Amino acid sequence: MLRKLFVAAVFVVGAAQPLLADNAVDPQADFKAFREYFTKRFPKVQLDDFVNGPYSMDEGLRKQWKAIEEFPPYEFAVDHGKEAFAKPFKNGKTLGDCFPNKGVGIRQNYPYFDTKSGEVITLELALNQCLEANGEKPLDYTSQEMAALTAYMAFTSRGKPFDIKIPNDPRALAAYRSGEEYFYTRRGQLNFSCASCHVQSPGGHIRTEVLAPALGILNAMPIFRSEWGNMGTITRRFQTCNSQVRGVPLPGQDVLYRNVEYYLSYMGNGLPISGPGARP
Amino acid sequence: MELRQSHLVLAAVAGGLIGAAVLSWSAASAAPVGQELAFDRGKGNCLTCHEIKDGPAPGNLGPALNDMKARFPDRKELIAIVSDETKRNPLTVMPPFKRNLILNDEEIEQIVDFLYTL
Ligand code: HEC
Ligand code: HEC
Repeated sequence: MLRKLFVAAVFVVGAAQPLLADNAVDPQADFKAFREYFTKRFPKVQLDDFVNGPYSMDEGLRKQWKAIEEFPPYEFAVDHGKEAFAKPFKNGKTLGDCFPNKGVGIRQNYPYFDTKSGEVITLELALNQCLEANGEKPLDYTSQEMAALTAYMAFTSRGKPFDIKIPNDPRALAAYRSGEEYFYTRRGQLNFSCASCHVQSPGGHIRTEVLAPALGILNAMPIFRSEWGNMGTITRRFQTCNSQVRGVPLPGQDVLYRNVEYYLSYMGNGLPISGPGARP
Repeated sequence: MELRQSHLVLAAVAGGLIGAAVLSWSAASAAPVGQELAFDRGKGNCLTCHEIKDGPAPGNLGPALNDMKARFPDRKELIAIVSDETKRNPLTVMPPFKRNLILNDEEIEQIVDFLYTL
């Protein structure tokens, strides 16, 4: 127990130091340290298996998972997303027209840093931007419709490694740094950072839930959670995690959420997209 | 609840001098209230992270809470841990119950009474 905490301490302090010391941001060095932390702490977990979240941490859960996947509960969402992608807008165009390769097999490239607007563009944001640019109503970021679209895009990208780029642009580095800082900052009445749960305690049990490791934590999104009885987008998951610590969730696709997603996705570089996922 | 109220009234009437006696009287009798507070999801919610006798669906981020008298003979130490464990261990995930106003002094005393029955 103590040793575990100590190892986590070294990692967390190490990651926080550049924040305090005003050093140059070095995503590549962060990436190396981050990956090493998880592979050293969980030497028996295959690198690509981290993308399976809680299942990579717990044998018992893994057995349940295999049973769930026989009738994948997210299949409906994938089909629905596929239809929605092909359905013409009032102006005759489709969602596919907004994306490279009609949106097929590109999930691994999101989020990206848009040098024009100077902001991180996530998949959920890009989908709503597309709808609005075509005179359609944007979707709620926690809705089943939004989850269906990202489920379809993830499904057609399965196995493709995350390929997140950080252009050599001070604004991109600042966005990355802000996401990293958000991730390691404690908040809420219960005083947790994202890292308290997903870096310090992966594999641990919060009540009966098994905590997913932060390495590869976005590769399986969106997810169908049996506990919810439906799909959850990345936005929904972030907001739920904020609420669990009695913190104040941010509005959907707030710039900080996008920056966290940028940071975490970059940390997942090289690991395969496995979404949509099914969770207990 | 009734117990807690009568304890408050008693404490108020008794005042400072015999306060200590009231406290030791309450030590045994506040334990059931302490258990309720410890298990209550909106209060201690200690089961999120600790295995505790008779507690359903515990987590395991922290050690099982047992054998408290032997392991923490000094009551002040337990009060300190429940009040704000980050003082002892800045990296702990255990919430600072007192600092973040999740539990007040009286509730912490009651929980510690309960811990001493474990
Ligand atoms: C108090 C603990 C706690 C904190 C703090 C926390 N989470 Fe979670 N998180 C959970 C639990 C419990 C789950 C569901 C089980 C699991 O998959 O890890 C979860 C799941 C997730 C998932 C889905 C993983 C999967 O494979 O299903 C993501 C993504 C995630 N959290 C991101 C975050 C981010 C980002 C933050 C900070 C804003 C955060 N979490 C803070 C407890 C926490
Ligand atoms: C979110 C997790 C979490 C919650 C909730 C929590 N604890 Fe803890 N607790 C821990 C951890 C982790 C430790 C290990 C010591 C450390 O981290 O400094 C601990 C340590 C302790 C210890 C010292 C035990 C020992 O053997 O050293 C006591 C006593 C304790 N907690 C009591 C409580 C009580 C009472 C509550 C509820 C009012 C509670 N805890 C709620 C995580 C938690």
